[in-house]
This record gives sequence, C-alpha cells and structure tokens, in this order.
Amino acid sequence: MTISITVNGAKHEIGSDPDTPLLYVLRDDLELNGAKFGCGLGQCGACTVHIDGKAVFSCITPVGAIGDRSIRTLEGLGSVDAPGIVQKAFQDEQAAQCGYCIAGMIMRAQALLEKIPDPTDEQIREHMQPNLCRCGTHARILHAVRRASDVMAGVIR
Amino acid sequence: MNPITRRSFLAASGIAVAFAMTRPARAQLAGGGEGGAEPVALAPALPGSLKSSPYLDSWILLDQSGRATVFSGKAELGQGIRTALTQVAAEELDLPPADVDLVTVDTLRTPDEGLTAGSHSMQDSGTAIRNAAANVRMLLLRQAAAILMVGEGDVTSMGDGTIRASDGRRIGYGETASALSMRVEAVPDAPLRRKSQFRTMGTNLPRLDIPAKTTGGAAFIHDMRLPGMLHARVVRGPSEGTRLALPPDSEIEAMDGVVKFVRNGNFAAVVAEREWNAVKLMRRLQASPYELARSPFPTGGVAETLKALPARDIVILDASKPTADPRRSVRKSFTRHWISHGSIGPSCALAWLQDDLLTIWTHSQGTFDVRRVAADLLKRPIETIRAIHVEGAGCYGQNGADDVAAEAALIAASLPGRPVRLQWMREQEFGWEPLGPGMATEVDAALDGDNRIVRWNYDVWSNPHNNRPVGAGGVLVGNEVVPSFPVPEGKPIPMPEGDGSRNSNPLYDLPNMNVVYHFIKDMPIRVSALRSLGAHLNVFSIESMFDELALTAGIDPLDLRLNHMADDRARQVMLTAADAFGWRKRKKAAQLQGFGMGFARYKNLGAYCAIFMEVRIERDTGRVIVRRVQAAVDCGEVVSPNGIENQVEGAIIQSLSWCTREAAATDGTLRKNFDWSTYPILRFRDVPEHIDVIVEDQPGKPFLGVAECGQGPASAALANALADATGVRFTDMPITAEVVRSAIVTL
Ligand code: FES
Ligand code: FES
Repeated sequence: MTISITVNGAKHEIGSDPDTPLLYVLRDDLELNGAKFGCGLGQCGACTVHIDGKAVFSCITPVGAIGDRSIRTLEGLGSVDAPGIVQKAFQDEQAAQCGYCIAGMIMRAQALLEKIPDPTDEQIREHMQPNLCRCGTHARILHAVRRASDVMAGVIR
Repeated sequence: MNPITRRSFLAASGIAVAFAMTRPARAQLAGGGEGGAEPVALAPALPGSLKSSPYLDSWILLDQSGRATVFSGKAELGQGIRTALTQVAAEELDLPPADVDLVTVDTLRTPDEGLTAGSHSMQDSGTAIRNAAANVRMLLLRQAAAILMVGEGDVTSMGDGTIRASDGRRIGYGETASALSMRVEAVPDAPLRRKSQFRTMGTNLPRLDIPAKTTGGAAFIHDMRLPGMLHARVVRGPSEGTRLALPPDSEIEAMDGVVKFVRNGNFAAVVAEREWNAVKLMRRLQASPYELARSPFPTGGVAETLKALPARDIVILDASKPTADPRRSVRKSFTRHWISHGSIGPSCALAWLQDDLLTIWTHSQGTFDVRRVAADLLKRPIETIRAIHVEGAGCYGQNGADDVAAEAALIAASLPGRPVRLQWMREQEFGWEPLGPGMATEVDAALDGDNRIVRWNYDVWSNPHNNRPVGAGGVLVGNEVVPSFPVPEGKPIPMPEGDGSRNSNPLYDLPNMNVVYHFIKDMPIRVSALRSLGAHLNVFSIESMFDELALTAGIDPLDLRLNHMADDRARQVMLTAADAFGWRKRKKAAQLQGFGMGFARYKNLGAYCAIFMEVRIERDTGRVIVRRVQAAVDCGEVVSPNGIENQVEGAIIQSLSWCTREAAATDGTLRKNFDWSTYPILRFRDVPEHIDVIVEDQPGKPFLGVAECGQGPASAALANALADATGVRFTDMPITAEVVRSAIVTL
C-alpha cells in the first residue's frame, strides 16, 4: 500500500507500512539527513521535525498517522548556500561540537520562534528542554536561539 | 587476492611517486596516549607523528594548480580537529585554508597515528603537519629561487599560493612543485612561521563541518547510503553478558523480510532490505528468553566493590623531604560511579565486501585498530581490509564504535557484493558499550604550623581504562563467535600518561608524597576509556582536599594552591581566571550560595585549566543552580581560539552532568539504564547561566591537548562551591539534588 505525505512542500508516495516511524521514511526513503536517530523513544529530540509547524519526535510518529498534515525538516529551512535565519544563527555562534543533536535543536528552536519571536531566556530554556546534547553545546545553542530571535526582530543582522 | 596499498592508490589517482624502502622498526611511540596498537618510530628526532611517518608525501601533496591535499591519521570526533589541522597546514604552507583539502584517517591513504584519543591530536598530528608543511614551503621557496635564478633570501611566499621574487616576478606553487619530489624525509628544523606573520593560525576560521551539520548535508556515518545497501541489526539480550535462547535458524530465516540471518556461536544479526523491517525483526527475536552467561554484577557501592577485588599495587610517587611536624590533618575518601559515554547517536558502521576487498566505514577512535580487529576476527590478510573513518556522534572515549564495526564486517563478509549498514539501538548502546570505570580514592594529608602541606598519602583504586581492542578478543562479537577470542587481560597505562593513575600525581609542590595505584585487572562491569580517564576522580579528590585543607588552615583556597605551586603557567591560569571571576571580591549575598575553584594540568603534560564557579542551591529541592563559570586555559600556541573555548565549555557542561546526575547502575543480572529516562543527563534548564573561557596564548610554545582538561577541574569546582555554600563536603559522585537536599535539611 502507498501512503502519501508532504515534506518541505513536495508530495511523496511512500511504499512503507503505516506503522513505520516517520524518521525512517525521511532518512531511508526520502534520503533526508536532517532528522537523526538518537533514541527512537521520544526522549532526546535528535529526530525533531515539524508537523503543521509543531515540533514533534519523528521517531515515534507513525507515517500512517500523519494524513495530509505537512511535514517540515531541517532541509526545509534553507540550504548550505542559503541557510535559514535559525540555521545561520547556529553557524554564526559556531553552535556545534559533534553536531549530532544540532538538526533537532534547530528544528525545535525554529518552532519556538515562529510562535514566540522574542522569547525570554527562561522560555528558550523551557522550550529546548526536551532536546539532549551530550557534547555540552547548550550555552552556544542558547546564544544561537537568542541571535536568531534578534535577527528576526531586526535588532541585528 | 587484490591487495590495495598506498602505492596502488596513488598510482590509480595519477600521482606517481617513487617509494623508498621501509626502514626497520626502531622504537615504539606512545602514540594516541591510550594504549592501542602504536605506530613505530622510524625517525625519533622528528617532531610529533613525523617520528613514525617521516616522509613529506605521507602528509602533503600539491597538485598542478597549487592546491594541497593534507593527510592526517587523526579523526574528527566533533572536537573540531579537521578545522584546526587545516589551519595549521594552511599557515605553514602559506596558503588560503580554502586551498587545503584535509584527508582524515583512512588505512589506505593516511599515516597511522594510532588512536585519536587522550587529547593528542594537536600534539601528534598538528605538530607533524605543521612541520611537514614548513618543510614543503621551505622546499618550494628554494625551488622557486632556483627557477627564478635569484638567491634563496630573495623569495617570499605571498599567502595566495604564489612566491614572489624581490624583483617582482611571481611563480605559483603548482608550477614550482611540479619539478619537486616530496618523497623526502622531513628535517626537524624547517623554519616555522612566526606569530607576527600569521594569516590563519590564531584566527577563528569557522568550523568546516558546521555548514553541512546545520543544513542537512551528509555529515555523519549514519548519513551514508551505498548502492544496494542492506540494513542489519544485532540481536542480543538486554545487557552485557546476557544470552538469548533464539529459535532455530530455519524458523528465523523463514520470517517475513529476512534477507539473511547471521549466526556464529552466540552472535546473531538480522539483515533486511528495509531498516524498519530489520528493527522489527530484531525486536521480535529479542523477545526470546535470556539468561545471564557471566558472573553476577556487583550490587554494592563503588569502593566496596573495587576493594573486594585483588589488586596490584603500583607506586606512582614516593617522595620525602625533611619537613616540620604535621599539626592538623584531613582524611577523606572519594568515589565516582561507573558512567555511560552516552553518545547521542548510537554506534553505527558500514561494511562492504567487493571481490577480495572488505571496506569498513567506522567512527571508532582507532581506525587502524578496526582493521586489525577485523583481520583477526575474519582471519583475513590485513591488506584485504580497508578501514575509513567517518564522523559519528561525539563518543568521548570507547563507546560501541569498535564493537559495531567488527560486527558489520562479520555480517558483510557473509553477503559478498552487498554493502551492509549496521546501527545499534539506544538500548543496545546503554546495555553493551564499555562504561567509564567506577573509581575510589583515599587521601590523608596534613599541614604543619605554617600551613604547608607536609603529608600527602594518596590511594586510588581502579580497573584498567584502556581496553581498546587491537584484536578480536577486545570486541563483543569476538567473544561471541565460535571458536571465541578471549577478552584480553586489562593492563594499566604507565605514567606519565596513566589511566586510573592519570593525574594522581599532584602538580603541586609537596615535599612528601606517597601515591599508590591499586590496579584491579578483573572488571566486574565492561569498561574502557571515557574522556579524561582517571583524571576526573583524581583531580576531583586532590582539589577537594585542597579546599578542605584551606578550610582547616583558615586561608583562602586560591592562596593555599598558589603557596604550593611553582609552575608559572599553572599560577597564571589560576590568577587569570580568579581575576576575571572576581574571586578576591566574592561576597555571599544569600544563604546557600557558594564559590569554588578547581585546577589541573591534564596529565601534568597537557593543557592547564583553572575553573571558578558560583552556585546557589534551592533549599526545598536541593537543586543546584550554577550561576557562572569562569575558566582559563593554557594549551600552548593557539590555533583556533573559538575551537578551544568550545571544547572547554563542553567539558564543563559534560563534567557537571557526570558530577551531579550520572551513575550506571546494575542489579545482579542486568545493567539498569537503558534509555534517557533511566540515565538522565544535564538538560537546558540546569546548564550554567553564564560560562566564559579565557584562552592564554603562548606563541611559539608546543601545542598541548585541550579536549579533556576541563573534566576534573569542573567537577571539583562544583564540589568546592557546594561545600562553601553548605559547609558539607560531598565526596561521592553523583552529587544529585536528592543528595544535596538530604544533606541540607539537617543544617
Ligand atoms: S530519536 Fe526521536 S526523540 Fe530520540
Ligand atoms: S553537539 Fe554533540 S550532541 Fe550536541
């Protein structure tokens, strides 16, 4: 059976079982690298993507449950040549060590800033709480989110 | 047989190089700093890894356009080494960094520099590449002078890949190099560029890997997709030492979606076309009954468990000088629990048997060892195996990377022609990876009437931290196949690097020191290297003791340290950080607020690091809020200031997580942590509110490894700040909120 999903604005027909977590479809069928396998348990956020603008764990979201809601991944925010504001802010802050968690961090931060463009530090921490980083890049990630917010507000470029 | 050698690779890529005969072995290097198979020193007089690979073309090739390809035997582990090494090469070649392509460890292409571990990469590879590049530039300048028929003093490199004569004529590197052989040995004294001339070193070149990592480029081994690739999952019991009673092979092979079921002794893996099918098959099979096929796990405390095991006593220090009599003494014991590496991405490897060549892609810290292990496991000639490093998630030591690489090799060997991707699940990583060893220390110290420390007796108990596999017995699958390879006996790493003994020798000037390492070879839990090895608990213990002694003496903890420190660079980082922190002006504005410091020079050989911290404690919950952290580091000549700051910030946060959260528990039968809910680590809400790192530049001084220098000082600074806030000395990690709460309710 085929399932149709919309990822980063493009429609795809997928030949996967409906119980397949979205993460595996993104990585294996659509060959998108952004969402990462970290735990498969909804505990680390490495797999974070957006469904209808909300940050979700793609590792525990069955592809059959998505219906016609639209999916956005890290690749949907920008590219190497034209990074999105949040992506650019992470680059400018050099907010990565190994970087394995970073795709999920960017997606979670993006979801926050789309809802609350000028969050308090407290709100940023609270919102980022589900995502884990083992390298200890947290301080830079927090700075990057702040920077992205400032860029969106036109405070800095 | 189709052995691939460096020669055939170079020939295939159109670069003709004359090869000299390999010279016989002369001496072993202490490469990589953590055991493992070490490269042989051919030219002991040369700096860094040039000792083992003295020929320039092992390190640098220039093409006709003047672009350089630089080869390093070290791996990018998320520490930014790719960028730092590129900067070093660009600086000494005097090329723009964009004209330098860096090839990291690949058994076919790069020198064997041993493990990427122990904060050795800048010392070994950075030093080698720096000097090799300086040699190449020296040869280019000479050659250009000859071509332009001017004196050697009349040519200058311009930083853009050209050389200019004083009369204004220019010649490019490519043209100059075409008449030049790089198949020459390096000389030890090729002139290095000076700080005043630097164009690239000392600047913050943006990390080369970050663009792909922030935009969804293929950045990790997990992102590799080979044509016709199959997906494998290993099938194991819940944790180390358990064994599944699986159905008969025929039954498993008949299961829907099984492309191949690989069983060899107690090793089992399923292979499927689709990854999710492999996962589902694995789960079905792992629901089989299991039993514990090893001795039961210890269930007592760390010190009790370790001290019950037979130990070999190794004297680390035994120094005595006549001193005044001890007046006041302090005795304390400290422990650290077993700790998980906790990589965010579970271990992964790819392998592909094509004709007679088996290629393994791995994120292990020992790529050359992955090849040795596979050769041993599969009984294949080593020339028929190529191992290539591809980045994984941060590993911080030996996680499951080596295990999974050997497993992928075994699976791929049974599926000729088909590339196989194997990834462990989260539960498998927690259940089977080697943990960072639990450790215990006891310290007995005394002050004389002038507050000089005149007694220092120190005992440390630890398992070996260095169980890096160099043969099949060092990986899980080697112990599972039939006939099986025995687990090698654990060995200590001798000082000055040490393992459980690392940093057990205080850098402080103490007239009387007795330090004994109780080395315990029998490992009740599978362990191996975790970032900083024994330095974490040893520095924690020493630095906690200094604060206790300062309290006893009634003097400032910083002063007690300075009074016992002769090393100027050590004094400097302490003073710099103290000053920036405002240590001398510190004032408690509230109850349960505290200030603390920690210092160490990693291994007494690497980077100097001082850390100061301010904490507050929530009375009701015991939650520790780290308000600010000020660090100062001195790691010799600075290549990438921002890269160093990034490493030290990360070390501080990771160390705080170890110190306040982490303990890998066991009951008799199983490890008890299988996921992030049973093994919580520090999250955003609890990371320090403010972290600042000052990097002391030391132009012209050797590179000193920096990646692990913060682990001990950060945990120590926290414990000292907590003692300052509460009056309670916390000696056993993890110092959880619960531990703090129960200590302060009685206050
Ligand atoms: S991989 Fe989805 S939350 Fe960890
Ligand atoms: S940067 Fe390595 S896990 Fe976050």
